[in-house]
Amino acid sequence: MTLPSYNPDFPILSVLIFSPLVAAAVAAMIRGENLLRWWTLISTTAIAAVSLLLWGWFDATTAKFQFVEHAAWIPSLKICYTLGIDGISLLLVLMTTLIMPLCVLCSWSYITKRVKEFMICLLVMETAMVGVFCALDFILFFVFWEAMLIPMALLIGIWGGPRKIYAALKFFIYTMAGSVLLLVAIIALFLKAGSFDIRAMMGQPYGAEFQCWVFLAFFISFAIKVPMFPFHTWLPAAHVEAPTAGSVLLASILLKMGTYGFLRFSLPITPYATHVFTPYVLGLSVVAIIYGGLTALAQSDLKKLVAYSSVSHMGFATLGIFALNISGLEGATLVMINHGVTTGALFIVVGIIYERLHTRDLGETAGMGKFMPVFAGFLGIFCLSSLAFPGTNSFIGEFLVLAGGFKVSIPMVLCALPGVVIAAAYMLRMLQKVAYGHTDNPDHSRLADLNFREVVTLVPLLVFVFWIGLHPQPFVNVMHASVQHLLEQANGPLAQAAVALR
Amino acid sequence: MTTAEFTAFLPELVLLAGALVLFVISLGDGRTRQARAAALVMAVATVVACALCLGQQALLFNGAYRVDAFSQILKLVFAAGFTFVVLLSGELCDIRADVKPEYYLFVALSVCGLVMLVSCVDILTLVIALELSSFPLYMLVPLRSERWGQRSQMESAIKYIMFGVAANGIMLFGMSYLFGLTGTTFLPEMIVKLRPVVTSPLAIAGLAMTFCGLFFKLAVFPFHFWTPDVYQGASNETASLIASLAKVGAVAVLVRFVSLVSPESQSVVGLLTLLAVASMFYGNLIALVQKDLKRLLGFSGIAHAGYALIGFAALDNAGYAAALYYIVGYLFMVLACFVVICKVSCNGVNVSMDDLAGLHRRSPLLAVTLVVGIFALAGIPPFVGFMGKLTLLSAALAKGHLSLVIIAVVNTAIAIYYYLCVVREACFRDAGDLPAIQLDGPTRAVCVLLIVGILVLGVVPATVIDAITSSLACVSLR
Repeated sequence: MTLPSYNPDFPILSVLIFSPLVAAAVAAMIRGENLLRWWTLISTTAIAAVSLLLWGWFDATTAKFQFVEHAAWIPSLKICYTLGIDGISLLLVLMTTLIMPLCVLCSWSYITKRVKEFMICLLVMETAMVGVFCALDFILFFVFWEAMLIPMALLIGIWGGPRKIYAALKFFIYTMAGSVLLLVAIIALFLKAGSFDIRAMMGQPYGAEFQCWVFLAFFISFAIKVPMFPFHTWLPAAHVEAPTAGSVLLASILLKMGTYGFLRFSLPITPYATHVFTPYVLGLSVVAIIYGGLTALAQSDLKKLVAYSSVSHMGFATLGIFALNISGLEGATLVMINHGVTTGALFIVVGIIYERLHTRDLGETAGMGKFMPVFAGFLGIFCLSSLAFPGTNSFIGEFLVLAGGFKVSIPMVLCALPGVVIAAAYMLRMLQKVAYGHTDNPDHSRLADLNFREVVTLVPLLVFVFWIGLHPQPFVNVMHASVQHLLEQANGPLAQAAVALR
Repeated sequence: MTTAEFTAFLPELVLLAGALVLFVISLGDGRTRQARAAALVMAVATVVACALCLGQQALLFNGAYRVDAFSQILKLVFAAGFTFVVLLSGELCDIRADVKPEYYLFVALSVCGLVMLVSCVDILTLVIALELSSFPLYMLVPLRSERWGQRSQMESAIKYIMFGVAANGIMLFGMSYLFGLTGTTFLPEMIVKLRPVVTSPLAIAGLAMTFCGLFFKLAVFPFHFWTPDVYQGASNETASLIASLAKVGAVAVLVRFVSLVSPESQSVVGLLTLLAVASMFYGNLIALVQKDLKRLLGFSGIAHAGYALIGFAALDNAGYAAALYYIVGYLFMVLACFVVICKVSCNGVNVSMDDLAGLHRRSPLLAVTLVVGIFALAGIPPFVGFMGKLTLLSAALAKGHLSLVIIAVVNTAIAIYYYLCVVREACFRDAGDLPAIQLDGPTRAVCVLLIVGILVLGVVPATVIDAITSSLACVSLR
């Protein structure tokens, strides 16, 4: 199949951002729940197909932002509507659009009440998420970043579990409180740089103290989103109570926004402060890896287990980012993608269990795999992927991150390494119980194995597990130039002074 | 009057004629229906008249009354707000049956006063317009029907009028200082004559006392005491009027008076900053524990008055424009909440948080209106509350008020909790045995218009901000 050639006048990013809104408007007028499900599935799949054009058209040889769209939005405040993506955001945009149809599929029979509102929330979420990764104007970014809270809080608060209201409020207040200082930092940067354009804000000779304050404002906001230890307490609550699709979106996309924020803003805009704070961030990352792993080991609720494993995995991502070298950064970006694929898949799997048994308790689900061989196969592969088994995607990412960390500080890597072992422990414990456990639950013999829809939901993620695991080069290639450029910005002359001081 | 001057005065004439008609209607008995129809026609006619006169320029009544871009934009806002209030009033089920026509008459007179207020450039006409807009409001509060356990309207009315008259007295006293210093009551002349002495203690005392009357209308700390009680005691419809239109008027006049402070005086900036901080903290912290929705909006209104003052603390046109844009947005946001209050309340009794339970099932449109209004008040994009705060914070930070800006965003974070509690009741709780709510056509229209207004003002604010900014040029000049 030949790709249609790239036409610079075609605003592909705007189309990707706003077509979910259009689809949501159409969905508002559709009656009939099944029709709604089909409509959302078809529209998200179509958007995913369009987004694949980006992959074809993207020029991986340059670090420049591509597919740039620029228009005045509020001239009196110098706020513009500027979009563009580089290699890092390309991967995240694609992950967002590709995971959306799976979110619709995994909610097919899970969501039975208020289907219309649910689908509209999902579609509005997609608009905001793609917008966050494409925005090159800081205010535009912030608008998408905050606007996302409303549909996400509704997803948790309306369709969630028993403590949904608590979880929704906690999620909202945490994220909102984190980002208010981000807004002050944005305005302060604007007053120095004279523009809200992210590209114009990079590489400016800001003062050392100013950089540190801006970095801290960024850090609180992004660290809550990642979430880094000790800002992670909203995550288990939100994950456990959210419906499956909500958990998938949280794990696969929303957490990535925190690390994306570090990559896009903290490193290039405040390189000096980045170097000043690097040791502390690295320390927190190691704590997160170990703490998340140990806590996951103690969980009996499957969703909580996966949620705490996220804290641990995202610790690897921040570790890689603040290693500030090429393998660290590329590894971190891969960890972001891998975590999206694997943890998303694990949440779907847990959702499948919950739909059948209406419990997520490790003891009560024990031995399911005996009667559901296909399910056990999927679960096994995703568990192995999550513990970074060689040949699966996470191995590549975590290996690169640790290799990057090795160049920075060997004791630190030695501290982080047990995290990998703990990951094996908690994942294998879950796999052993659910798939192979001796069953005291004879009722499980009546369980139906995965149906066609569920297999279709999981297969694309399986493909990515092995694709990235066995042949990661295309993914590395596409971001290589951008990461290289980012490193030049972060380790440029402005930052050298800070390093020399240490 | 020449024809040109006559057309420039058209909105006021429409309102006065409408008020006369309403007066005649109110002379008879049982003419509520006619009064409502007349008020509605009058409101729409005012909107049309204001829209037609948008570009007018004129100087009337020996220069005491100026029709310019600034006044015309605000008149259009008042007319739109008037229409919304009349539409959402519905059957006025909590107003005594024998005074329903009078209710519309007082509303019309108050709006008439506000419309005149923004054109006044002479202190004397300005005071008269301010009184014309205030006194009908004092009258509206006790019109609420008495029933068992509901006599708080009288208490509220007494509080409102006592505070109002006291604040007015202080304002007049302050104005007398300004007159004594400059020898003129004409504002543009006063700007020039006050310039050499603006940092003198007398001028600052005069200005500060003049601000008092407006701070009272805007419900800025420490002139806020009436707000929650009056919101609670007045009928829902009256409270919506007091919460929305009166505040826009106060901000508009405040722009005229604060622009007297040139060159900048540190003590005035300090005063405004202090009041802004106190209002934000006081309003937000007390709102956290409110159970009555109107009281909650009352306290949140105090906090929002504090946000608006941030713009004034910047003491430049960007700041004033931000404050005006914010308060216009606030009109839409708070009216969206009050539509819901008016419709959820059965027989016009006050709405507590529990009464909102399961609103999403009982009336989806109202639930959406409430959610949009509340999230807009909380300052979440893409609604106007966010853009308003952004303009305010940018203006203040550009003048170096970093700590004020940080206090403001911290307050946004505090406020999110009680706003979310409202959303929690409306969206996440089950309805229980609360009945479904039927909406009539006008209410639906108001809901949709307010939602669209909040969205459009938030997403494409460029035109409005530019119009307000350019219109400000004629306030400080001449």
